[in-house]
Amino acid sequence: METVMNQPKKKLHPHKFTLWVAIASILMMFAGLTSAFIVKSNLVGWSNIAIPKIFWVSTAVILVSSLTLQMALRAFRQREMNQYRMLMGLTFVLGCVFVVLQWIGFKGLWNQGVHFTGAAGAGQFLYIIFGLHALHVLGGIIALLVMFIKAFFGKVKLYSAVPVEVVATYWHFVDILWIYLLVFFLIIG
Amino acid sequence: MSEALHIHHDTAVSHDVHHSGDHGHHHQSFISKYVFSMDHKTIAKQFLITGIIWAIIGGLFSVLFRLQLGFPGQSFPILETFFGHWAKGGTIQPEFYYALVTMHGTVLVFFVLTAGLSGTFSNFLIPLQVGARDMASPFLNMLSYWFFFLASVIMIASMFLQTGPASGGWTMYPPLSALGQANDGSKLGADFWLIGMALFIVSQLMAGLNYISTILNMRTKGMSMTRMPLTIWALFFTAVLGVLSFPVLLSGAILLLFDRNIGTSFFLSDIVVNGEVLPNEGGSAILYQHLFWFLGHPEVYIILLPAMGMVSEILSINSRKPIFGYMAMLGSLFAICILAFLVWAHHMFVTGLNPFLGSVFVLLTLLIAVPSAIKVFNWLTTLWRGNIRFTPAMLFAIGFVSLFISGGLTGIFLGNSTIDIHLHDTMFVVAHFHIVMGVASMFGMFAGIYHWFPKMFGRYLNNTLAYFHFWVTLVGAYLIFWPMHYEGLAGMPRRYLDKSIWVSFNQFGSLDQMITIVTVIVFAVQLMFVFNFFYSIFKGRKVTTANPWGATTLEWTTPIRPGHGNWTGEIPEVHRWPYDYGKDGRDFIPQTEPIGANESKH
Repeated sequence: METVMNQPKKKLHPHKFTLWVAIASILMMFAGLTSAFIVKSNLVGWSNIAIPKIFWVSTAVILVSSLTLQMALRAFRQREMNQYRMLMGLTFVLGCVFVVLQWIGFKGLWNQGVHFTGAAGAGQFLYIIFGLHALHVLGGIIALLVMFIKAFFGKVKLYSAVPVEVVATYWHFVDILWIYLLVFFLIIG
Repeated sequence: MSEALHIHHDTAVSHDVHHSGDHGHHHQSFISKYVFSMDHKTIAKQFLITGIIWAIIGGLFSVLFRLQLGFPGQSFPILETFFGHWAKGGTIQPEFYYALVTMHGTVLVFFVLTAGLSGTFSNFLIPLQVGARDMASPFLNMLSYWFFFLASVIMIASMFLQTGPASGGWTMYPPLSALGQANDGSKLGADFWLIGMALFIVSQLMAGLNYISTILNMRTKGMSMTRMPLTIWALFFTAVLGVLSFPVLLSGAILLLFDRNIGTSFFLSDIVVNGEVLPNEGGSAILYQHLFWFLGHPEVYIILLPAMGMVSEILSINSRKPIFGYMAMLGSLFAICILAFLVWAHHMFVTGLNPFLGSVFVLLTLLIAVPSAIKVFNWLTTLWRGNIRFTPAMLFAIGFVSLFISGGLTGIFLGNSTIDIHLHDTMFVVAHFHIVMGVASMFGMFAGIYHWFPKMFGRYLNNTLAYFHFWVTLVGAYLIFWPMHYEGLAGMPRRYLDKSIWVSFNQFGSLDQMITIVTVIVFAVQLMFVFNFFYSIFKGRKVTTANPWGATTLEWTTPIRPGHGNWTGEIPEVHRWPYDYGKDGRDFIPQTEPIGANESKH
């Protein structure tokens, strides 16, 4: 026990670390839901559904939004604040579009006769799992909005990229989570 | 120092740090100091006091249903005065009984022994013992308490509903918990329960995130992971367990909410209630049990690990000896943490689980005996030939070891799927988990309170009352729960309202009366402890030295009443592990003291 702890030069910021643990935690919730899906899909009364096409559009939207947010982060690091504001705004809009598209997808599915009542099926899980995912995206949108407003009205000039990085990491996470959920429904659903 | 301090400049605490260096304390309103406080020490006290209030409520519930179990059907007119139609004619009504049992479990497991125990001591000890000004995110920390408070309000509110609180057992198994037609408690009460628990889970997640990132990122200079006190290690593993298992319960709770209110059939299938055929099809009640116990089993260790950590620390300090086998203690904590996730199905041996799968879970369950035995061995060898100081905290720590041994042994019985066929759902199970998890963790909590009360409030608890509290509680705990093993072995079921028509159990009538009487006495003594607690906050003997127990860890290098930011000057640097007791002829060497030239190794 004589070794003195070597302070590494690039230590992970506590907030970033907290985010990674939170991501693990969120993953556990979706792991619980998707494993419940697998268990249920082997029981009687199960019905599969066709994934509405609009979810492919929303996939494209959230992928692009990840890209714009990454560009925003780069702009912030290079202190190009106008470009940063523009890209943050764009990401925010794309995020909202994503949630709206999800809602349209749900409505389409609902009109096809996939309801909550009666026998269980992939549709009910889809509403809940995609709905919870959309809630997590909404959380990200609120964070984006806060950052966006700060970029315009912030009284204190912030030079630390940490808040932007935290939001970006979270946003990429919900993006990848969405891809996972979509692939999951395409293969097993 | 620079690296550790540098981090703080980004967090909200830095503000305070500057001030505390200049002029002691700075101005805070009552609201920001005591109510919406971001100081981890104040939040810890909030958790503790809320936990104490919950413990009184949960304990009172057990006294009430023990009245029914000890004296079935007998009238206690005073009950009608207080509880009205729930105790019509002074006898506890069936719905009341089941509500009491359910809420006793929910309150004690989640609100007292999770939030009250790890909430209090993680918040209090982590920054103080790793050498940090505050948590990684003080704001998130404050939110975690207030989500817990909101969850508490909803849970309390459910008790005042016309149809009563949830009453399908603390596990809330569907279909009983999902169908309002099935019993009164499954009407609005179950929704309150689920929403309250969802908020509770959010609170625990926010808390857990903070604990983990504080421990991993905010340690002071020199505080390597293997120089951390075992309390911190235990609280770390507790947080990991919580962060990974609570979300799974959340997913189960969400699905159950949908089944209850939207008409889905995740857990419901082929049900007829009172002649009414329900449309639900294809649901699986067992699925809920998997989701529940995937949290439920780690939850047991979420409750137990903080107690283990604090007991390790207190035993070492009051034996004036280094903890025996620090690395073994650490390894066994880690092993318990891993195994906790792999044994959940032992709660489901008799649900039609595949016997082969069952045998895998038997093996994994019995494996937990190994790290548990390592820990017990190390505690006993720490005590062995020590200079034991029987402080109240020490007594409770020793009591914890005693209870953990006697409760743990019956776990080996229950972990066998074959023996479980006979023992499941009997009083044997009740006896087992109350001793090993409930009372043992309570003892850990009492040990922690008696030990760190001087740090929390700058005063001591009254010793005479403390000794009385300890002996009555220890003897009482064994008198209450030991006989339940005999009842359970004879096949007496748990949860039943009235077993008196069951002729073969009549032999236990007077035994049950004895248990009930002891329960009342023990409960009264707990109230005495609560009196001691609150009285001593204001009138207790004042602490006059910074380090009253002669301990090595960092929390005793702070001022007697530390402000927000904990240390007035710089955060001290750590040079050694926290268990240098009785070394080289010295009683103890603080962690802050550099290693001497001729110092022997430990």
